[in-house]
Amino acid sequence: MRIGVVTFPGSLDDGDAARAARIAGAEPVRLWHDDPDLHGVEAVILPGGFSYGDALRCGAIARFAPVMETVADAVQGGLPVLGICNGFQILCEAHLLPGALTRNQHLHFRNRDQFLRIGSTSTVWTNQFTEGQEILIPVKNGEGCFVADEYTLDQLEAEGRVVARYTRGNPNGSQRDIAAITNEAGNVVGIMPHPEHAVEALTGPSLDGLGFFTSVLRALAGSSAGGQLAGGNHR
Amino acid sequence: MSRVVVDVMLKPEILDPQGQAVANALPRLGVTDVSSVRIGRRIEIEFAGEPDLDTAREIADKLLANPVIEDFSIRLDDAVSEDA
Repeated sequence: MRIGVVTFPGSLDDGDAARAARIAGAEPVRLWHDDPDLHGVEAVILPGGFSYGDALRCGAIARFAPVMETVADAVQGGLPVLGICNGFQILCEAHLLPGALTRNQHLHFRNRDQFLRIGSTSTVWTNQFTEGQEILIPVKNGEGCFVADEYTLDQLEAEGRVVARYTRGNPNGSQRDIAAITNEAGNVVGIMPHPEHAVEALTGPSLDGLGFFTSVLRALAGSSAGGQLAGGNHR
Repeated sequence: MSRVVVDVMLKPEILDPQGQAVANALPRLGVTDVSSVRIGRRIEIEFAGEPDLDTAREIADKLLANPVIEDFSIRLDDAVSEDA
């Protein structure tokens, strides 16, 4: 299984994301922001960092990168996409996910190990977790406060699209403690904390992050057996 | 040369922690009668020829402002245009 990891100018966690994909059993493929070709990958990770120096707003410029036009098209066909931190911001800016990530309410950059509670296991990125499972992965952001209008928040909750919530403390003021959400089809997930930093005992607070990467492999294996791309049937 | 000014502001219902931090600092300046401060962004777009408000609006709508959290307004900067 080939999983693409996009590098934008200013990406920081592309190396760790590729490493996590490899540890999970995938073949990581490095993709470049300026190249619209996805090189035959079956899933894409948009990594953390500060693409284009966070100029204007986090993710605002990256949204218009050539690779993102291809990704946006492929999402409609069911391509699994995971946006982590800056990747989550890019997905919101590209309107592939609702809402926006804004400045942390307390204005401080927050960097710590963070407990989350998994809310949805029906996405292609979370099928290896159990609903209500508590996981511990690092969070590190200055603009991770998830906001959306009340209607959108109600809709996300009613449709089971809140993928994870902060528990034992909200690190950035995100509305309704939202740490991760998915699109209607369940193939696109944005998450503020960093599962790719929790895949090895030596460097992570747990191995809990691995589940995101093994989930997509499981989903892809299932969908190729069924002869179709992962997507709408994974909700 | 002609200049179009775009003002981008957070929507009223979106919390502005930077504005709050500034408001909270005002008493240290001896100012006590300010009830709210909100911080936005001013962007100046210079066209080589005639100002194109439609293009400026498109730039603002697609890139300069995020419609999920921000509103924008557009105006011609007359002073610069008259100088040109």
